[in-house]
Formats: sequence, structure tokens, C-alpha cells
Amino acid sequence: MVDINIKIKDREGVIHEVLAPTDMAMNIMEVCKSYELPVEGTCGGMAMCASCQCYILSDHSISDMEDEEEAMLSEAFHVKDNSRLGCQIPITKELHGLEIELAPES
Amino acid sequence: MIKTDILIIGAGPTGLFTVFEAGLLKLRCHLIDALPIPGGQCSEIYPKKPIYDIPGFPEVLAGKLTDNLLEQGKQFEPGFTLGERAETIDKQEDGTFIVTTNRGTKHQAPVVAIAGGLGSFEPRKPLIEKITFYEDKGVEYFIKDPEVYRNKKVVISGGGDSALDWAIFLADVASEVTLVHRRNEFRGALDSVDTVQKLKILGKINLVTPAEVIKLHGEDKVEAVSVLKDGKEERIETDHFIPLFGLSPKLGPIGNWGLDIEKNAIKVDTFDYQTNIPGVFAIGDVNTYPGKLKLILCGFHEATLMCQSAFKIINPGKKHVMKYTTVSGIDGFDGSRKEAPKVVVKSII
Repeated sequence: MVDINIKIKDREGVIHEVLAPTDMAMNIMEVCKSYELPVEGTCGGMAMCASCQCYILSDHSISDMEDEEEAMLSEAFHVKDNSRLGCQIPITKELHGLEIELAPES
Repeated sequence: MIKTDILIIGAGPTGLFTVFEAGLLKLRCHLIDALPIPGGQCSEIYPKKPIYDIPGFPEVLAGKLTDNLLEQGKQFEPGFTLGERAETIDKQEDGTFIVTTNRGTKHQAPVVAIAGGLGSFEPRKPLIEKITFYEDKGVEYFIKDPEVYRNKKVVISGGGDSALDWAIFLADVASEVTLVHRRNEFRGALDSVDTVQKLKILGKINLVTPAEVIKLHGEDKVEAVSVLKDGKEERIETDHFIPLFGLSPKLGPIGNWGLDIEKNAIKVDTFDYQTNIPGVFAIGDVNTYPGKLKLILCGFHEATLMCQSAFKIINPGKKHVMKYTTVSGIDGFDGSRKEAPKVVVKSII
């Protein structure tokens, strides 16, 4: 079992250092929920609601966006160049040390 | 005043299945939902997505599941108040509750079952200055009556199915339709995208992409919008601005009903999913208890147990036993009867 470290800045600016398993088919949205951070994940992870939008703060190379994610972000609010949907980023060992910030609720 | 036995708030899968379980106990149900159609998230957000963890269905589309649930409960003749949000609850001296919607529709029942999922779906509002000032003064997040737009100028914003569908529909109603979207690509059904493309060529839809509405103008009502395209601001005269950016769930007024709330969910007793207010139950995704899982199948279980207690509240002292539908069949309130064919006993000579 390999766990990686992720730093998540919540909407109040508090940084949470969490351990995320790489062998449970989890994504960033699910990791946030498992630590009871305020991420709704309304659509359950189908890139259909943008409630798990986050900003990537570190320079990790993350898999490119699929069309669905890109289209959803094009309709979301508070979108920046480093915006991603947490539900579309699977936890892999390459993401060790990842730093993200939760986007405001909309 | 609409009167019923169990008033269900939320017409998602859990609320719809409650109709069936209540019907077996000869209890009538009425459902209130903020959305204009039943089905909740399943029909609003992901009707075409397959679900794989409904027992007995290796795969079922979310929209099909809610259609089936409506069909399953049909003989118990549920009532519906759709497109209205349950706003207030008042306990009466006789122990019943009166629930009033945002449009003033009143419902009375001895039992209230909140099956509100993540809450009522509210439109997502774009971050444009003074947009709330223009609400109902030219800014509309839902299209209730398309005739309002006849021979008017309309600007629609958004890139999903509803933006495309309404742009197509209003192209024949409004005097001018402008569709603004941040990208050239749209996230909608392929034939809708093709239709918009054709209407653009015919000059019936003015397509502005990649662009964004950034300002609203007008003294008392919307008179124009400013659109940012290629770094330049352009003014478009219009009578209406319709932002269609989807819906997001909010617990809303239920949060002020005096219920014990924990992390946006209603705390319940797992004996029968009753809340801290006797007679008010919370089932499905809207509730929380130790070990809670937000799964449709758990909502079905909760609805079933809840109905047993609802029966006792509605019929105090009356005896009843749980019956198997395979044995007793189903007697609908509409006079229909479903039952297994009788076993034929015949000797073979």
C-alpha cells in the first residue's frame, strides 16, 4: 500500500495535510470528502457539476483534461488557468506532494 | 388545501419509492419538488448515465430508473406539486403539519417525509455585477412561459443542453436570439449542436463565442448587455438576459424548520429515520446517522422502514403485518389488482 501526501487549502485558507491512498481508485474530490472537507461532489464524480473545482498550486504534471471536464469548466464560475475538477484527477504516486486550493462555492 | 397521509418533500428515487411502500400499507402520498419534473438528480443531472448498484438491475439508466419508480407507484395515485419549493412547516393542534410552498400552495398531512436529497435545485447565477437587481426585470434563470419572449430580443448565456434547446426554441419566437458561450464547443446533444449551427447560418441565431456576458445595462430593466470577446467589449441591445448555467442544490428553507442539522444533512434515529420533530422523517441523501451511505439503495431501505412508523402515527393502535407482494399481490387505489396466477392443482392420470 502506498499513501501520498497532499496539501489542501480550504476556503478559509486553512491548509490540510492529508494522506491519500494510491490503491483505492480514489480521486481528489473523494479524498477531500473522506477527510470531510467542504467539497459537495454533487454529481458523484461525473464532471457534471463543478462542485469539486480546485486550483492546482504545485507544478505537478497532471493528466490532460478530457472533453467533459473542459466543457464543464467552461460553464463554471471562478475559473482560473490552473482550475481542474477534483473528481477527474486520480490519485497516483506521481502526485506525491501535490498542493491544491478549493475554489469558492457557486 | 391538499390533504394526504404522507407528504413527501422531494420527488427523487427515494421519494418515489416511498409512494409504493406507503401504498402497500394503504397510505396515500403527495410529493412536492422544486423541479418541474419528478426524478430529482437522476432526471435533472444525469438521466443518460448508467447506474450499476441497484439490486436486481445489472445496469439501468438513471432516467429509466425514475421512470420505472413512477410506474411502480402509479396504482397508488400519488399527487404532485412540481416546480414549487417547500418553504414553511407549521404544526397544528391536531398533530398534523401544514407545509406551504414558495407559491403559497398548502399541504396538510399527519406525516412529513423529507426526501430532499442534497436540497432544492437553485439556478447557478453568473458573477455579474447587479444581476440580482435585474432579476424579474429582464433577467430570468428559468424559462417558464416562452410567450413572454415573443417578438422580444433575447440574449442566452451557457453551453449546455438547456442553453442550446432554448436558443433553438426561441429562434422562432423572439425577434432576435443571441447565444453567448465561453467556448466554441458546446456540451449538448449532437443534434442540438447541429441545429444551432444551421440556425446560425440561416441568421436566426446570433452566435457569439468564445465570449462572456460581463455587464448588464438599463435604468429599471435590462436594456443591453456587454459581451467580452477577443479582449474587446461589445454592447448588445436586448430585452432579456437568460443565463443557463445549470442548477446547484441548496438545503434551503428546510434548514430553518427546527430540525437537528449536521453538515447540511438532517440527523435521524435509525430505528425509523424520524427526526427530532416527531412525525417528521428524513430519508435518502438528505439525512445523516452513524454509518450513513448516500446510495439510492439505502434510500429505498430507509423509505420502507419509515412507512411502518408512519402507519402507526396515522392509525394509532391499529394492527397490521408486513406482507409479501408475492403472496398478497397489490391492490391499487385506482381499483387495479396485481397478483401471481393461482397454482393449478390437477391430478395426472
